[in-house]
Amino acid sequence: MPTDPLALEHTAARRQGLSVGLATGIYGISFGALGIAAGLDLWQTVALSLLLFTGGSQFAFIGIISAGGNPVTAVVTSTLLGIRNGLYGLQLARVLRLTGWRRAAAAHLTIDESTAVALAQEDPAVQRTGFWAGGLGVFTFWNLSTLIGAVVGNAIGDPRVWGLDAAAAAAFVALIWPRLRDRTGQVTAALAAAIALIAFAPTPAGIPVLLAALAAVVIGLISSAPSRARDLEQPEGDLL
Amino acid sequence: MSTSVLWVAVLAACILGFATKYIGHLVPESLVDGPRRSRIIGLLPVALLAGLVVTQTVGGDDGIVLDARLAAVALAVVLLWLRANFVIVVIAAAALAAALRALGWG
Repeated sequence: MPTDPLALEHTAARRQGLSVGLATGIYGISFGALGIAAGLDLWQTVALSLLLFTGGSQFAFIGIISAGGNPVTAVVTSTLLGIRNGLYGLQLARVLRLTGWRRAAAAHLTIDESTAVALAQEDPAVQRTGFWAGGLGVFTFWNLSTLIGAVVGNAIGDPRVWGLDAAAAAAFVALIWPRLRDRTGQVTAALAAAIALIAFAPTPAGIPVLLAALAAVVIGLISSAPSRARDLEQPEGDLL
Repeated sequence: MSTSVLWVAVLAACILGFATKYIGHLVPESLVDGPRRSRIIGLLPVALLAGLVVTQTVGGDDGIVLDARLAAVALAVVLLWLRANFVIVVIAAAALAAALRALGWG
């Protein structure tokens, strides 16, 4: 619909979702191959991508099983890593405004990528488009490539050789970039990054990112008090 | 480990993973609607994703590792500053990391 002034933004959001889906999806080949190598069968490996559908938790799960770890530890670690999806849901529920099975479907697609593509958009309607494009894009390619990796093995070799790990990090930087335009977003991201950096060595996997959520709490509390918010906004250009 | 034990673990992880996601969407509006809470929740994704970027960029098996990923993310930041297109940013970051590793660095 060329008359819709938001049509271009919707198209751009869909394209972003598709690119993120493709880039992340390729990693599914590694996951599929590693799942089989860890001792899971084809259906167990495929079930994790279809039903757990959150990469960090999935890799942690098979990593622990592969190392001969306790299955209870694998389940606990996987769940711990998934907590951030629940935190994304708090904000996404307000953007998506769904009920019934659509809400359940949206919850299942609530992961880093779909949240980031939604967050990168300005208009709420475009944010919804971005969420579904990112979520369905990753879901499609992640599951397809998990199946490929589980059946034919690691056809792409080490994803790091192709720079795919760096591509994932760069994609997230690009997706949060629009939120770094205002001072509140900048300070929140900088504080979150500092927390994750400090917490990385002493805490187990997944915890640094969860602790980074404290930045939202601290900055949210400070900037909701108007007088102090002004103090924060004026002179601290060198903070970043 | 027997197949059935593995199945129980796989399905438990899937059920708990979905429950965690779903709870976030089910939290009643009244609990998240005050201006302060609303602001905190609005900032949560940016904080979590910024934390994720750090662990993806410099996280290693036993601590912080500075390698090709950091150079690639730095390039991404420069390109974003220059208003480059999303796909260009991602491909350029992958290409730089792959090239640096092919040269034996990182």
